[in-house]
Amino acid sequence: MSGPIKASARWRQPSVLPGFGLSFGFTLAWLTLIVLIPLATVFLKAAGMGWSEFIAVGFSPRALAAYRLSFGTAAVAGLVNAVFGLLVAWVLVRYAFPGKQVVSALVDLPFALPTAVAGIALTALYAPEGWIGQYLEPLGIKVAFTWVGITIALVFIGLPFVVRSVEPVLADLGREVEEAAATLGATRWQTFTRVIFPAIAPALLTGFALAFARGVGEYGSVIFISGNMPGRTEIAPLLIVTQLEQYAYAGATAIATVMMLASFAVLLLINLIQAASRRRMGV
Amino acid sequence: MSLHPTSEGTVARVVLITLSLAFLGFFVLLPLLAVFSEALAQGAGPFLDALHTPDAFAAIRLTLIIAAIAVPLNMVFGVAASWAITKFQFPGKALLITLIDLPFSVSPVVSGLIFVLLFGANGLFGAWLAEHDLKIIFAVPGIVLATVFITFPFVARELIPLMLEQGKDDEEAAISLGASGWQTFWHVTLPNIRWGLLYGVLLCNARAMGEFGAVSVVSGHIRGETNTMPLHVEILYNEYDFVGAFAVASLLALLALVTLVAKTVLEWRFGLHAGARH
Repeated sequence: MSGPIKASARWRQPSVLPGFGLSFGFTLAWLTLIVLIPLATVFLKAAGMGWSEFIAVGFSPRALAAYRLSFGTAAVAGLVNAVFGLLVAWVLVRYAFPGKQVVSALVDLPFALPTAVAGIALTALYAPEGWIGQYLEPLGIKVAFTWVGITIALVFIGLPFVVRSVEPVLADLGREVEEAAATLGATRWQTFTRVIFPAIAPALLTGFALAFARGVGEYGSVIFISGNMPGRTEIAPLLIVTQLEQYAYAGATAIATVMMLASFAVLLLINLIQAASRRRMGV
Repeated sequence: MSLHPTSEGTVARVVLITLSLAFLGFFVLLPLLAVFSEALAQGAGPFLDALHTPDAFAAIRLTLIIAAIAVPLNMVFGVAASWAITKFQFPGKALLITLIDLPFSVSPVVSGLIFVLLFGANGLFGAWLAEHDLKIIFAVPGIVLATVFITFPFVARELIPLMLEQGKDDEEAAISLGASGWQTFWHVTLPNIRWGLLYGVLLCNARAMGEFGAVSVVSGHIRGETNTMPLHVEILYNEYDFVGAFAVASLLALLALVTLVAKTVLEWRFGLHAGARH
């Protein structure tokens, strides 16, 4: 291969294409400035606090209640989305029906609709005098300003993660294995539970984890419907905002650190799931 | 057992389709309808009046300015990162991709907090900024920074799989025929990736204009100055001006709908490629 071989060639494989230094240098510099340094600041500030202070503000009863609420509602919403997201993905991949393209586009609405808009819309629906709330109120079911309302907002936000994770895997699934299962006398339900489900389980788990991680950190769509009562309907991101408004930077930093560590753990889990499923598929 | 052993019976199909449409209708379509219905609850007059205020205009203007700065920055970054990642082989590539994706796994509120910790009055550079009479937090630069952070991965994430799939044969051919690096980029690579780039830019723009949590933390909510459209929605809503809040919200919902339509059209045009992307 002709062309000057620079010092960087020892680190990366040589190529005839130019622009590595410029594009890689710019990428790394911009990434460091915008993402890495700002994120590192939180950990640096948290590390400077000392253990006892960190535990005192990061795991105060109010903070613990907020974590419980955020993680709990995100888990419930993730489960709801795992069931219905799988159903929607299945219907979109396997069946033909009029308006399918519109339905498919609608699935992405939670990605595209600003969270604050979703928040006030859901509150308008589920408030005691709202479209849906007025029928639930006489039954004694309270949605808005309870954990149920928060969960509904997180179901809205998380749905596309599950559908878009499962859809491509389901579409790529070879029909031959299903035909083989049917030939061997399996019922449709047996084929689903024994053949199809194990194949899409890693994608479903990935979708659940993505929806869960997003739900834990979600703010805009939740704060309008949640009621924001400290210790009861105060989600962890809101507690950070409250601490900031009271200039309690240590509290905000500690809670942010706990949440970031949790979401990085989920990220790691997702990578492990995908690595494991690649190994199992023999790719 | 059904007659078609690898598909479900008609009844099962109808039940499953109905169930999923009911779920989507309830959880996705209904909130969207609620936005427009509440905005027009008192007719078109109050709806237009609510939009025709100096504060609403200022919010729309600021949102457009923020997107006009943040989106091109991330577009240039996305193209540069994808070029480095897809056209060259180097160790640590997987780590680089993970780091680029990092802002997606950070809570919007934390995305705002990090810039407050850096540039706020009590932040790392707070004293220095005050000395030089510079304002980042509770001002437009802070909103731009938070927005750039939040939308950081969008363009790169769309381009990387697309450019990986396209390979580098076209570029290598152009270079070996004597084209310069920039000529190759402008005349070979850019035409190849233009639809994917547009796709990423669309999603990036929708998020940049609609971001709430991160911007809320750094903005300071100064009416007419640091209020973006989503923040204006919140202020009006908290003042019980529901028609006003939903009127501004309906503009944002329209933006979301336009984004979805454009995205769907682009996916049709991609057609053959859509399956390989994730």
